[in-house]
Amino acid sequence: MKRKTNGSGELTPHERYLLGVRRGKLIVRLWQILLFIAFIGLWELLTAVGWIDPFFTSSPSRIIATIAELMADDFMYHIGVTLLECTIGFTVSMALGSAIAVCLWLSEAAQKIAEPYLVVLNALPKIALGPLLIIWVGSGAKAIVLMAVLICIIVTVISVLEGLCSAAPDKLLLLRSMGASRLQLLRYAVLPSAVPAFLSVLKINVGLSWVGTVMGEYLVSGAGLGYLIVYGGQVFKTDLVMAATVTLCALAALMYGAVALAERLYTRSKNKRRAPDKI
Amino acid sequence: MSDLLTLDKVALSYHTAGGETEALKSVSFSARRGEFLSIVGPSGCGKTTILSVVAGLLTPTSGSVLLDGAPVGPPDGNVGYMLQRDTLFEWLTVCANTLLGLRVQKKLTDESRAYARSLIEKYGLGEFADSYPTRLSGGMRQRAALVRTLAFRPKLLLLDEPFSALDFQTRTDVAEDVRGIIAQEGVTTLLVTHDVPEAVCMGDRIVLLSPRPAVVKEIVDVGIPGTPSERRASPRSARLAEEIMEKLRREDG
Repeated sequence: MKRKTNGSGELTPHERYLLGVRRGKLIVRLWQILLFIAFIGLWELLTAVGWIDPFFTSSPSRIIATIAELMADDFMYHIGVTLLECTIGFTVSMALGSAIAVCLWLSEAAQKIAEPYLVVLNALPKIALGPLLIIWVGSGAKAIVLMAVLICIIVTVISVLEGLCSAAPDKLLLLRSMGASRLQLLRYAVLPSAVPAFLSVLKINVGLSWVGTVMGEYLVSGAGLGYLIVYGGQVFKTDLVMAATVTLCALAALMYGAVALAERLYTRSKNKRRAPDKI
Repeated sequence: MSDLLTLDKVALSYHTAGGETEALKSVSFSARRGEFLSIVGPSGCGKTTILSVVAGLLTPTSGSVLLDGAPVGPPDGNVGYMLQRDTLFEWLTVCANTLLGLRVQKKLTDESRAYARSLIEKYGLGEFADSYPTRLSGGMRQRAALVRTLAFRPKLLLLDEPFSALDFQTRTDVAEDVRGIIAQEGVTTLLVTHDVPEAVCMGDRIVLLSPRPAVVKEIVDVGIPGTPSERRASPRSARLAEEIMEKLRREDG
């Protein structure tokens, strides 16, 4: 392409296009930040002039003060507890769910038998099992992790299984004509085909494992961010409730970011493998 | 010349909820060692079913299939099957794709790896060995798929309309290409196609099938020398193709 960057700084059509795309992205990002600042600012302003009562809604400055106060106390401990529960719940449900999905793929009969159970379990509000969980494993971290796993695992099984079943039939036929066993089909065609489904369920589960963990902490627990929220609500300390909620938001965003980064690294390494081609 | 493959009164019926479908009524033919056999017939007459039976993917209801004197069982690497689409695995390099059969059959040794590599080089894919299939043109992809099939040294090669997914120009080029490679490697081949001129250009003999349930109506000796493009140019091929199409039409009615 001919570049036309003469003295007057005239741009080629393609450069103009790229500039437009970049400008569009910038505007979106600007609006996102602006909205955030406006929301926080308005909140602070309305509570400062007394239009809304910070006793009910708290306020950004009070949240920051509360977080600072808690930090000096045992906030890190509560964060650690919740983070650990959530991470264990996430990892266990990913691993166990994927393993179950593979087993169901391996046995067509098992898959058919399991289908109605998966559908019903998926529709069941897992929180209803809360009291049972407490009876079964006691009211500690175990019950919380179990709640997180229960919430994530069905979705994991269903989505990963769908990914496994998405392997192209002609690839399977080709492998079978080569004499491949069912395990070889799994290894050479089915698992690689399920990678996109696996990555998407990874992202879904980041959200769901937080739901499960906090729900679990609402039910039982003497520590964690969910515990702080429930406790804060019971003693009418909205500052505490809000401080814990904001922290939850930040942690969830961080974990989602980590998974998204892992996914990007994966796709980039895949593209890099394609790069050294000569045409 | 001895027969490598013999089908004797092969019949096959599918069972579905709707009932029983007779796909093959009685199919008998044999392929000599090193021969290129084209199979043509009206669409839906069970051509692909014949290949599945020969590959050992389907068991016939009755009749026998002998490959090199032994009855055909479940797939064991004696038969190489090339499907309508090239089905290269997009997450494997061209080289890894060609090793797939060897890997599945646990025959991957230094020797077999070197043989696969030599085929890659010989058929002009060397430059792309470490690339992913997305980099290959349609014709190159078919060639890579053929190399993948030849790499585990099957006794018999099955081609199921391997060019139907290509546009016309590429199609004739690839047909020429594939026929040349097969001739060079001397593999016995069954080609299934609904394109009669293609069958005439590629095959040594042509098996004509009736509409479903299939029986072999006739086996025609082509007897026209030359590569596919040379044959395509010859008026004898055009005449023969016309004759065969006429026969197929008659059987339709």
